[in-house]
Amino acid sequence: MLISPTALYALALLAIPLGAIVLISFWTQTGVRDFDTTLTGANYVEALSDPIYRALMFRSLRIAGLVTLVTVLAAFPIAYFVSFGVPAQKKSLWIFLITIPFWTSYLIRVFLWKVILGYNGVFNSGLKVLGVIDQPLTFLLYNANSVVITLAHAYAPFAILPIFVALEKIDRSLLEAARDLGENRVMTFLRVTLPLAAPGVIAAVLIVFIPTIGDYVTPELIGGPGGTMIANMIQAQFLRLNNAPLGAALAVLAMLIVSVIAVAFLVLGSRASGAKGTRK
Amino acid sequence: MTQISTANRVKPTKPLIEMRDISKHYGDYHALCGITLDIHEGEFFSLLGPSGCGKTTLLRVIAGFEGIDSGAVLISHQDMARVPANKRPTNMVFQSYAIFPHLSVAQNVGFGLRKSTMSKAQKEAAVAEALEMVGLKGYGARAAHALSGGQRQRVALARALILKPKVLLLDEPLSALDRKMREQMQVELIRLQRQVGITFILVTHDQEEALVMSDRIAVMFEGEIAQCDDPEILYRRPKSKRVADFIGVMNFLPATLHSHAGTIIADVAGLGEAEIAADQCPAGIPEGDALVGFRPETLTLLYDGQTATQREAAGVISEVVYYGDMTYYDVTLVGVSKPVRISMRNVFGRDVLAVGDATRVSWSAGALVVFP
Repeated sequence: MLISPTALYALALLAIPLGAIVLISFWTQTGVRDFDTTLTGANYVEALSDPIYRALMFRSLRIAGLVTLVTVLAAFPIAYFVSFGVPAQKKSLWIFLITIPFWTSYLIRVFLWKVILGYNGVFNSGLKVLGVIDQPLTFLLYNANSVVITLAHAYAPFAILPIFVALEKIDRSLLEAARDLGENRVMTFLRVTLPLAAPGVIAAVLIVFIPTIGDYVTPELIGGPGGTMIANMIQAQFLRLNNAPLGAALAVLAMLIVSVIAVAFLVLGSRASGAKGTRK
Repeated sequence: MTQISTANRVKPTKPLIEMRDISKHYGDYHALCGITLDIHEGEFFSLLGPSGCGKTTLLRVIAGFEGIDSGAVLISHQDMARVPANKRPTNMVFQSYAIFPHLSVAQNVGFGLRKSTMSKAQKEAAVAEALEMVGLKGYGARAAHALSGGQRQRVALARALILKPKVLLLDEPLSALDRKMREQMQVELIRLQRQVGITFILVTHDQEEALVMSDRIAVMFEGEIAQCDDPEILYRRPKSKRVADFIGVMNFLPATLHSHAGTIIADVAGLGEAEIAADQCPAGIPEGDALVGFRPETLTLLYDGQTATQREAAGVISEVVYYGDMTYYDVTLVGVSKPVRISMRNVFGRDVLAVGDATRVSWSAGALVVFP
């Protein structure tokens, strides 16, 4: 039997670790490195019943949802501008410019946001100099807001690119046809551009939502107590609290929730992009 | 070629679209140079020309997709300068058909009815009626992407006609279809235009298509109208060598002109002398060297025993191209180096002549056109 190297590679790096996590989630930890390997569902019962884990899961969903919303809403006009407002020969330059933030390490970008949003940061000092505020604003850093701002900035290019590609694929004569049939610019956008850009928007939503819900670095560095997310709790269970099976159970649950949401969006996406009429 | 005669139709003469000295540049490129043209109500009008001659630009100017640098477009005596595309009484069938891929056939056809005051049932009836008119009855529920090229075009037609525009603009609508389909659609478009009575403006680079379908044709070169006439005049009396060359096949022979007792006489190489009437040459054509043109079917090869009804010339057959119903002969006339093309309908019992045969040619002065 021939198994391709790719399949072996995927098996070793994806399937085995995933299987291990699922397996561990049914164990019980008895010491620093000792496990009771009797299969038990106790970890899942605890993960689902303890209000702390539930609260963290909901907060993660809320933050990831908010990040996705902010990112996609901000990305759409940029993608639209590059696709419709920039001359054809300058489009690649614009896309290139959009990716420039990636040249800096993600960690450094997170720290830079700390500098910008901090108590004596660029933003607060700036507003003080201008006389807009007397006291520094404190709702910016070490809470959910800072996590949303930082993640939205970090993931913006990932959202811009699929939307841009979807907009580029729209035959421009379709927009002229809509105008010709009596619609103004706004209605043309709503009836033609937006439905045809839907696959790109769905892709952007998934690309932003899936990684952000499990993001660990940003909440750790600038989230503060109010910005802690489920990934931070999973890390704490594995390393600090010596309860790998509970951490694994939380990880599996988070994965399941993300999968359900992702599949829902995919179904929504294929329905939006496919024609509504029945094929014969 | 399927030909529906347009000769017995009452020629409409009330101007619906008036174009006054329209000019448009793209940088240094003159897309349209001083176009002045009236298109009448109920007319099937064609803009004919090679690619890049400005015909599509002119159509897009009428539709409101392109602005103009100077001049004016009037539809029903109303200046269109400040009227955007969505407010104009025109609808367009795009070259790509521009069928909305995310909508069904019925949703495509009913796209422009959103603001209509009709009830939902009336709209559905209108869509069904429009689909029936273009021969797509019962296709409403189909997905737009499941249609063939010909069907997409019919959907585009139904979608434009459902709004009952004053003018229907067709941008090379048949160029993407195969030959058989194209000929069928030509006939259907003529039928449809008669049925709805709307002014059709067709853009095409296919001279045969323009001749078959149009009441009048404007031939365009380099952003200017070279000639605007009905198909028969355009074919028989082209005003310039370029128009003559673009439409159909035209033979050219050198000639010298001189005036005799008020009439112009052309001494045509290989043929002989011919009297030229006023409509056969541009007014005020100078005497001396000129060029004479005639169509292949205006000359006839004479078989043994036949005599010319008008005039006769001698030559040798240098090429024979057999088409089944027709045969094209290249005949080298005495005293002319370049052969002229003559087309003959093949008649049962008459042999096709061979290369090298000496032949006599019958011709008449009235078929000639003179160019300076």
